[in-house]
Amino acid sequence: MTLLKVDGLDCRYGLLQAVRGVSFEVAQGEIVALIGANGAGKTTLLRAIAGAHRPHAGKVTFDGEDVTRVPAHQRVARGIALVPEGRRLFPSLTVEENLRVAVAGGRRGRWNEQTVLESFPLLQARRKLPAANLSGGEQQAVAIGRALMSNPSLLLLDEVSLGLAPVVVDAVYESLANVITEGATVVLVEQDLTRALRVAGRVICLLEGRVVLEGDARSLDRERVVNAYFGLRSRAAGGER
Amino acid sequence: MTLANAIVQGIFLGAFYAVLACGLSIMFGVMRIINLAHGDVAVLGAYLAFVVVEHTGASALVAFAAALPVMLALGYILQITVLERSLKAGLLTPLLATFGLSIVIQNVLLIVFSPDVRSLGPAAGALTSASWHVTSELSFSALGVVVLAVAIVVFGALQLFLSRTQAGWAMRATAEDADAAELVGINSRSVYARATAIAVGVAALGGLFLGIRSVFDPISGPTQLIFAFEAVVIGGMGSLWGTLLGGIALGLAQTLGAEIQPQFAVLAGHVLFLAVLIVRFGGGRLTLRVAR
Repeated sequence: MTLLKVDGLDCRYGLLQAVRGVSFEVAQGEIVALIGANGAGKTTLLRAIAGAHRPHAGKVTFDGEDVTRVPAHQRVARGIALVPEGRRLFPSLTVEENLRVAVAGGRRGRWNEQTVLESFPLLQARRKLPAANLSGGEQQAVAIGRALMSNPSLLLLDEVSLGLAPVVVDAVYESLANVITEGATVVLVEQDLTRALRVAGRVICLLEGRVVLEGDARSLDRERVVNAYFGLRSRAAGGER
Repeated sequence: MTLANAIVQGIFLGAFYAVLACGLSIMFGVMRIINLAHGDVAVLGAYLAFVVVEHTGASALVAFAAALPVMLALGYILQITVLERSLKAGLLTPLLATFGLSIVIQNVLLIVFSPDVRSLGPAAGALTSASWHVTSELSFSALGVVVLAVAIVVFGALQLFLSRTQAGWAMRATAEDADAAELVGINSRSVYARATAIAVGVAALGGLFLGIRSVFDPISGPTQLIFAFEAVVIGGMGSLWGTLLGGIALGLAQTLGAEIQPQFAVLAGHVLFLAVLIVRFGGGRLTLRVAR
């Protein structure tokens, strides 16, 4: 069953066109990785799906309903949660408050303050500390936990490894693997190609705002992905679509 | 002993300034809006209470209780109709919008109420005149004590609201990062509207105290705005407890200035304000130069 459908999406910042006519579908329970170089439009695309960026044209359908004009906070209530790039915690709020403030969507499910803290045990001792005092890895855990608090049916992860030490990235992905079992639907943006191919079932590669390659993560030839990523042999890569 | 009296009166006066400044501080802290119409909103609140007193003969406090819901609603509507739109157009536009609003409020008040000076003092009963004389030179006025108590209750309640309640966390989260707040399911428009409603409601309380302790007319607003603004800046922009302390510092400066020479009262407050500005921002530039 299709959970998310993006149709001819076009996003702009003034004259700059960040996303150009992107269309794809994500089925229930699928894990999709969006890859591409810096400025390829991955973050903008995720933000448009979450409702934080109003698209210039195109349509976003979630759970069978057109949500293109639905504001971000209402999409959270419908089951879309984004872990934004750079974590974007509320720095003066404590870890607990950062989590509790995110129940505003009002969705019930297996995630609440207790289960989130159980899934990220490193946060237990930090719960009374302001988020600003946490290490990068801890902050990322809070950001993911905060997104889970709304019990989303679609989790969007924007570069959860950004600015973290490799060991910490491993730890974050390890806890993510535990968290996103049980048929969760995930769209993630990841710079690390190897990791993206390992985690995701399907890969969508963006180049300058367009989808240049899309396919099953297992069957995709790594060299083809790299070429699409950097826009090498762009004519040939473009021909794949 | 006159010094002790000046200090006591300064604290009472400062509590009044703090109540006036509270809403200004909230709006700056949550939305980064400097509301130039804040003084006029306070005066509008005073007029609203005055109208209730005129028509029902109620006491000033009861009249304020009747006017408060109207002011809260007015603040909510003001945010979603005017300020929200102006916020989208950058940081300068809300400043211009509230400046325009200030002129509009003053002129509407002039048309409706004429330039006559009014007071809520007669409707406040014993509150205006009662006082405790500790010694021949030290006295506590009932109004001063009430204003100080109300100021502490208002600031304390706001502090509890922001640190203990779900709605308070949502307000702090939105103040820190409205975009991220939306992404965790917080309706930032509604949070902003609630913040403005609270700010306008507390401003009306300031207007009530202004009307009881002295007189007001349609163009009293800007003077009140200046004192409120100074209290906010002295206490540190966007800090709630800072605003209470800033108001009291301003009140103390004025009464202590008056001890030296009565004409120095207001001037001393301005001097303190300028001194804080120079130390805080001038000092900052100095360290920047050194660092370079």
